[in-house]
Parts: sequence; structure tokens; C-alpha cells
Amino acid sequence: MAEYKLTTPLKEEDVRKLNLGDTVYITGIIFTARDEAHERLIEYAEKGEKVPVNLEGAVIYHAGPIVRKKDGEWEIVAAGPTTSSRMNKATPKVLEKYPIRMLIGKGGMSQEVLEAMKKHGVVYCQYTGGAAVLAAKNIKRVIGVEWLDLGIPEALWILEVENFGPLTVTMDAKGNSIYEKLKQEQKKILERLLSQL
Amino acid sequence: MERDKIEEVAIQLLRKASIFLPIDVKNALKKAYETETSETGRTVLKTILDNIAAAEQLNRPVCQDTGIVSFFVKGRAIDYKVIESALIKATIEATKSIPLRPNAVHPITRKNSGDNTGVRIPGISWLYKDTDYLEITATIKGAGSENMTALYMLPPGEGVKGLIRVVLESVVRAGGQPCPPVILNIGLGGTVDLTFKMAKLAMIRPLGVRHPEDDIAKLESKILDLVNQTNVGPMGLGGKTTALDVKIEYAYCHTASLPIAINFQCWADRRATARIHPDGSVEMID
Repeated sequence: MAEYKLTTPLKEEDVRKLNLGDTVYITGIIFTARDEAHERLIEYAEKGEKVPVNLEGAVIYHAGPIVRKKDGEWEIVAAGPTTSSRMNKATPKVLEKYPIRMLIGKGGMSQEVLEAMKKHGVVYCQYTGGAAVLAAKNIKRVIGVEWLDLGIPEALWILEVENFGPLTVTMDAKGNSIYEKLKQEQKKILERLLSQL
Repeated sequence: MERDKIEEVAIQLLRKASIFLPIDVKNALKKAYETETSETGRTVLKTILDNIAAAEQLNRPVCQDTGIVSFFVKGRAIDYKVIESALIKATIEATKSIPLRPNAVHPITRKNSGDNTGVRIPGISWLYKDTDYLEITATIKGAGSENMTALYMLPPGEGVKGLIRVVLESVVRAGGQPCPPVILNIGLGGTVDLTFKMAKLAMIRPLGVRHPEDDIAKLESKILDLVNQTNVGPMGLGGKTTALDVKIEYAYCHTASLPIAINFQCWADRRATARIHPDGSVEMID
């Protein structure tokens, strides 16, 4: 299991080489997007409208931060990952329409997402759920925010980060998923435990 | 009782709950870190412990999902109207001053109120307790774990085996989504309003405190042991720390029913309790 320090925008070869269990730290820009920002990304693509951010080689962070305004500037107070599976339905479409390279979240995503990631050259990394203050410490500043009408948690926050991590590669761009491997093992354990009751 | 006093105490409780985890939860997480054997599991638990320390040091909420606010109010003589208005005001003030993330939305329009209040929110549970003091517990509960909640109406013949089966299946199905290590709060029996209420009452019982009845206490320990054999592990990446505790509350139920509510609680088990005495003195309970 290797360790990588990657800088955004990510290139396809940056992420294709990553394997399950690798540790990654990101420096550069990341974008937060949850359920409603995903829906809006799709809406814009379907209407042929341009989104207000450049998603070439982008890192999408499934997160809805706590923010406050300090001396007229936005400050991220806490920003841990949210449950990624809520974005299962929208993600294959989003990856098809936008040149995104990495998703960061928690809990993993579906087989359909895994296939879309393989096709488009995208990896999924897990950050420890709830580790919101540690995450915020690696966010240097808020570059901007779009779609604030969706509410603070659902808006698209543009964040400058330095050594954001440790992130664990849990779904690679080759069709492998730690979640799928563990699910198979756990199924067997479950059968054994239930048969012993 | 003085309305302003209740509001002030409730704001303190929300601040304490959102930033400082209860000592029983911190101890359980430290113990888990010491005993976990999976390398990834240890990394996750270390990140969690570092994050708890960073939150305390920087005076910031331990998790960005500061959840939906719920209060549990206990006492003998409760002035409902005064307390309700104080708790709503406290939620609005705490959202601004801590700050908490505004999470409360209309269920259909999804419009965010911006201050964590709305129709029937914050949730308030009125509980009778034969004391002259007023006891308030504030809890904040994120959606990641709440979304994994399960209700089963089992054929009564399935009994304890059925209960254990649905708990283990729910834990494996949920995987890393509820942010394990989790605490499983289970309501057993009742009619379903009561079944869920009991799961929530189990939630405010500290970790490591067993049910007063021996049979139920043993069942809690047994289920905890089995859950920790599933290899879901910290954040679902494998390991022997899947749950920090299992707590059960029960009620009698219909002879033809066996209702089971399983409410997942993430590792960030945020609750704080205070007692307001008739002389106005305030006692914070850890």
C-alpha cells in the first residue's frame, strides 16, 4: 500500500495508478457537492448550460460544512464527509458529463458508480466520517461558493486545501471496491454466526 | 421556573454536546483503539481520537453534521409552554453562536429554516420523573446513522433468535454508512410509537450501563459480542470494533406481535444533561 501526495487538477494517469488501500493527500482545490448540487449539475448538463466552476480534473468532496463569516470572509468550522451512497443515483450521470477525477466521501458507493468510475478514470477515497475538525484544519481558505440558494450544507463550496487527508483509496479506477470485498466476507461470517444461534 | 434560566442552560447543553463527547463515549473509543487489531481500523480510530482532541482544543463541533436537536425533559411539575419556548429559542441561539449547521428542512419542499427549528423541531420528549428538579438532556443526532434505522415486525415465534438475526443483518447491510463504531439502541415490544421511543430512551443511557433486568442485560452483552464478530469494523473498513455498545429497552406488546426498532448511533454520540434545582442552581451531569 503506497502513499501519494497529489496536486489538483488531477490527471487521468494520476488516478489510474492508484490501488485499493493506498493513502492519498490532496493539495490544491476541492469542491463540495451533496445531493442537491449533484441534481443541479445534471440539470445544467441536460440544458446545455455552463456550470460556474471548472471541473477539469476535479476532486468532489461529499460534504456539507459548517461555515461562518469572520471579518467578511467565509471560514470553514467543520467539514467531515457525508454518506456517499445518497449520491449513487446521480453520480454515473455526473461522471459522464463532467471530467471529474476523484470522489471523496464515506461509506462507499454502488456497483453502477464503480463501473462509471472505471469507464471515465475516476477513484473514490474514504475519509473518516465525523473527523470534521481535522478536515477543516487542512482547508486553507474558502475560494468561493456557488448555489448558496441550496442552503449552506448543500451549496457548492470551492476550497483550497493542503495535504488534505489521510484519504484511503477504497474504490479504484480498475473496477475494484474494498466495500464489495468486505461485503462478501461479511456475508459468510453472518451465515456462520446465524447458523450457530 | 425562570424561562431565561432554562434557555441559558439549554444553550450550554447544546454547546457541550456538540463539542465535547461524554466521558463514557471517549473512554469506549480509547479502549477500542487499544484493542483493535486491524491496521486500517486502528488508523480510523486514531483519526477519530485526534479529531475529538482537536474539537476540544479549537472549541468547534466534533462533527459537521450537528444533526437534528432533540431534548428530553424530566420532572414532576413541568411548565410545558415556558420550557418549549425556551428550548426553541435556545436552539436558534446555539445555531448562531456555536455555530451549528442549519439542518432542519421542510420534508417536501426541502426549504431550510436556517436556524434548526421548524414544525415540531427541535423534538421535545416530556418524561415524568418524581423529582423537584428539572432535568434536561440535549442530544444532537446526525443523519448518517439515523438513516440506517430499521423497524421489524417479526412473527413472535422468531423470538430472541429473530431479534439477533435482524440486528446482525442490519449491521452488515449498513456497513460503514452509520459511521462505526456505532452504538445500537434497540426498542423491543410495545406499539410502534413506543418501540421507537424506547430506542431513543436507550440512546440517552450512558455506554456500559446495562439494563436493570438481568436477562435483558445479558442479551445486550451477547448481541454486542456477536456484532463485533461481523468484521464491519471502524468506518466499515474491517476490524473487530463494529459497535461500542448495545442497549435495549422493552415494553409488553400484543400477543401476535414482536416489534423491534433498531436505531443506529454514530461514534459521535452527542448528549449532555443538566439539572435545574428549585433554588435556581444548575448541576451539569456528565
